[in-house]
Amino acid sequence: MISVIRDALIIAGKDIVSELKSKQTVGMMVIFSILVIMIFSFAFDPVDRIIRNVIPGLIWVITIFSGILGLNRSFVSEFENSCLSGLRLAPVDPVSIYLGKAAANFIFVSIVQLFSVPLLFILFDYKLKGSFIWLLAIIFVGTFGFIIIGTFLAGLAANAKNSEMLLPLLLLPLLSPLVIAAVQATRVVIENESFGEAISWIRLMAGYDLLFTAVCILLFEYILEDT
Amino acid sequence: MRLCSKYIDKALFYVLVIFFPIILYLVFVWSPIEKVMGPAQKIFYFHVGCAWVAFLAFFIVGIYSVWSLIRPNINSFITAGVSAEIGVLFTSIALVTGMIWGKTSWNTWWSWEPRLVTTGILWFIYVAYLFIRKMDGPWQKISKLSSVFGIVGCLNVPIVFMATRWWNTKLHPIVFGEGKNETGGGLDPEMLLTLVFSLLTITLLYVFLMRKGVEIERMRMVVKNCKNEIMNKLTIRED
Amino acid sequence: MLEIKNLTKVISRRPIIKNVSLTLNDGEIMAVLGPNGAGKSTLFKCVAGLLKPTNGEIMIDGKKLKTGSVSAKKRIGFLGHDSFLYSNMTPVENLMFYGKLYRVNDLENKIERLLKETGLFLFKDVPVGSFSKGMVQKLAIARVLLPEPEILLLDEPHSGLDQSAVLFLNRYILDRKKTGKSVLFISHDLNAVYGLADRAVVLKNGKIVEASGEGGWENLDRLKTWYEQAVAG
Ligand SMILES: Nc1ncnc2c1ncn2[C@@H]1O[C@H](COP(=O)(O)OP(=O)(O)O)[C@@H](O)[C@H]1O
Ligand SMILES: [Mg+2]
Repeated sequence: MISVIRDALIIAGKDIVSELKSKQTVGMMVIFSILVIMIFSFAFDPVDRIIRNVIPGLIWVITIFSGILGLNRSFVSEFENSCLSGLRLAPVDPVSIYLGKAAANFIFVSIVQLFSVPLLFILFDYKLKGSFIWLLAIIFVGTFGFIIIGTFLAGLAANAKNSEMLLPLLLLPLLSPLVIAAVQATRVVIENESFGEAISWIRLMAGYDLLFTAVCILLFEYILEDT
Repeated sequence: MRLCSKYIDKALFYVLVIFFPIILYLVFVWSPIEKVMGPAQKIFYFHVGCAWVAFLAFFIVGIYSVWSLIRPNINSFITAGVSAEIGVLFTSIALVTGMIWGKTSWNTWWSWEPRLVTTGILWFIYVAYLFIRKMDGPWQKISKLSSVFGIVGCLNVPIVFMATRWWNTKLHPIVFGEGKNETGGGLDPEMLLTLVFSLLTITLLYVFLMRKGVEIERMRMVVKNCKNEIMNKLTIRED
Repeated sequence: MLEIKNLTKVISRRPIIKNVSLTLNDGEIMAVLGPNGAGKSTLFKCVAGLLKPTNGEIMIDGKKLKTGSVSAKKRIGFLGHDSFLYSNMTPVENLMFYGKLYRVNDLENKIERLLKETGLFLFKDVPVGSFSKGMVQKLAIARVLLPEPEILLLDEPHSGLDQSAVLFLNRYILDRKKTGKSVLFISHDLNAVYGLADRAVVLKNGKIVEASGEGGWENLDRLKTWYEQAVAG
């Protein structure tokens, strides 16, 4: 168990170090998320009040769409020079590969959120009415679920030639309950001072996270296994 | 064994031939016309049947997915695929009939009613599953990948339903109660009987289509194998 | 001791390896020869654990090898056609990464030594993406040698290497032999085979068509005629 986590950290560390050097993936994800915000403000009049209603949803739209870009890279890069075969040959459990990749992806997406979510608030002069801690908790739980299932499906889609088109197709339907819950919970926390209503949504997300963490860990070795 | 399976197919076929006129009669002539919605309500019988089979078919996909991970074999692979293909068909019908239902009952084509939304998401999950099956590679690999997705997708369906229902009660707390037309709780006995009968018929139709589909897929496999074998023989002779 | 017993591998219903049996003793160097497309690389991938054999088994020291078992992976070093290296990372970073996964002791010194021996020390901080094919091959070899596996599987290790790297590799292989470790390698270079191998087998259309006796060959020409006859026959 400890060695599984140790290997996962080594693999995550490798991804993070190579990202620190190029800063390409995260950089592009940040730029992309800002562009999505821009396009949304063109689509809805930014001074109008309508846009304020969609901001809780917008947080998740930018997270998911920019996240998908990064998720795609995370396994496609392993297929270059068959590095994934190198990992499979190394004495590591497949679960470590999965957890390592997921951890790195989680950090990348969190960095993107660190830039884009405050920007969203600034651009639309939007104020948080509820508790900041709860907002963070909701973003954490939602992003966690997104990364768990996203990393898993990215690994699955990477087997296909057109993986960058396949991934959103696989991922978005499965994310729908998480998105519903995350958006609702975020809305409650942002717009109200009390967060009582958000609790049931958070519970739903937590259940989703736990279930799919277990299932993905269990099934990931089948994705890696060659026939 | 093979003979027996042939008889089952024949029997199923004749049962369906007999049942179909009966169901049409029951739906359009025998069962009473609903007071509020009028004749349009008749689509309900087909809608419920197709929606039931849509979810059943995906459940079958899930079962065969688990089975093909435990014990990989070509039969589970084929069965899961055929069930998914038939499932897409029934999901599409359920969606269209559901939309017609929504138009007559709530005057919108798409009502964001939780069952309808779940069916819509189910359709996308099905399509994603079929896209994975279209990937190229040996069937063992495709079988693994699609099974993994089938299992994850199957687990997702109830969660989608839960989330959309919850979401819906928040959005429109009054409009969609447990109303008369929704649950079947307030159905006339004639209507209920017609509904049960249509469920039975459509389920039998699913079973029949499954058997035929699997048979065709197997034949396709045999032809493909023969082709491969001939190709192998030819290439070896060349050496 | 590595034993391959009745190994068969079918891909898309096409048999690539047909009933191959081999025994590699401790401290033995064996060459696998054969024309392109004979199935040599596939055989190696099966032994390394990248591919699951359709039939047959692979045993190390009399114990059956389970695909995916962590302890077995540590004992086998596999050099494939692909380098398994991350092109945006430097040689040191690549080796550090794999070294950590293999739990190599005294990692930094070992990496420095290997890089010096393969002649890559000057390039230790240059991303692998800018390397020439030969340099990548050198680093790929360094990656395989780093955890000091008991059994080496080298798929065309000499391709693309310059003279000094060939010498280093050959010396390394011969040194290992003295410590009782074994090597299985694929090569099209009969000179290298003559210089290194104790035994050789010829693979053709997925079958072993010829296996040499122990003790090597009297001279290079003998080996050449032996190989040509095996392939033609
Ligand atoms: N993944 C695969 N799918 C289909 N055919 C393959 C695959 N891998 C190898 N082959 C076939 O197996 C044969 C042997 O390949 P290989 O082992 O690479 O030969 P060698 O290394 O001896 O040149 C080739 O004819 C090749 O086409
Ligand atoms: Mg080869």
